[in-house]
Amino acid sequence: MAAEEKFSPQTWPVSPEQATLEGKNKFLGFWFFLGGETVLFASLFATYLALKDSVPSPDHALAKDLFELPLVFLMTMLLLTSSLTSVFAMYHMKNYNFKKMQTWLFITVVLGLAFLACEIYEFNHYYHEFGHTFTSSAFGSAFYMLVGFHGGHVVFGLAWIIALMIRNAKRGLNLYNAPKFYLASLYWHFIDVVWVFIFTVVYLMGMVG
Amino acid sequence: MANLQSNSGDPKVNYEYRRKKSADEMRMQVITFTLMIFFTVLAFAAVGAGFSKWFIIPFVLLLACVQVAFQLYYFMHMSHKGHEAPQLFMWSGIFVAFLTILTFLTIIWW
Repeated sequence: MAAEEKFSPQTWPVSPEQATLEGKNKFLGFWFFLGGETVLFASLFATYLALKDSVPSPDHALAKDLFELPLVFLMTMLLLTSSLTSVFAMYHMKNYNFKKMQTWLFITVVLGLAFLACEIYEFNHYYHEFGHTFTSSAFGSAFYMLVGFHGGHVVFGLAWIIALMIRNAKRGLNLYNAPKFYLASLYWHFIDVVWVFIFTVVYLMGMVG
Repeated sequence: MANLQSNSGDPKVNYEYRRKKSADEMRMQVITFTLMIFFTVLAFAAVGAGFSKWFIIPFVLLLACVQVAFQLYYFMHMSHKGHEAPQLFMWSGIFVAFLTILTFLTIIWW
């Protein structure tokens, strides 16, 4: 099947993301990358766990002084819902419905931006209220490294999805761009996977000491 | 490549069969999502209710693992055919991740 071939919903293949050799290679390569990302985030989690609440003097804020569950709960809901909306987008991709796919990707992006806004507010709040910064303590370094690296992934994922939406706005779906949309959605799900461990290990376990 | 097409030579039948298959899968994913929301609420409620930390920590970690398994196997389709290589990559990654965290936690033990 040629990458530029025109399709209809009836002729669109079952797994369009793997219908070409290029698509198969990207699929395999991207999962390999995600395996590596797992290890990378594990090293940041390990560092955070080892340095949690390590502060130079007792006047520094500790995890349980900093965190506020309602904000973290809101952020979790935003990211979890955006994961579902990107599932919807891929459902329409597999049904060869370009417009609906774009709509759901747009909703995913909006939810992702809302998550990012909450995170910016959160970091700003820690800085102004508690003087909790990247250099204020080992705890601060490990915290911002882990949570900030996840936030960086959110920024990258958003930029990726927006770029794909704009680049292919007039092109519609074909076997050349279907793997690209599919992998961007995998990346977005992986961001949510990491967040599940962040809200559990950093925030929930941080609250109970 | 996962080949889920029916054996019918009629493309129309084939098409309807595929539509139905993906609609069924979609319903599964909405159920998965509902469960994930439920687990999240449970985890936050356990902390909010102020149980002992020896209950909360294993409880929220277990819920996180279940949620991540849902995310990987349903949302990221790792339960589908043709995902043997992704399983190998992810499970190897998880194994090294586990070792890394174990090392860092034991190195500060005393």
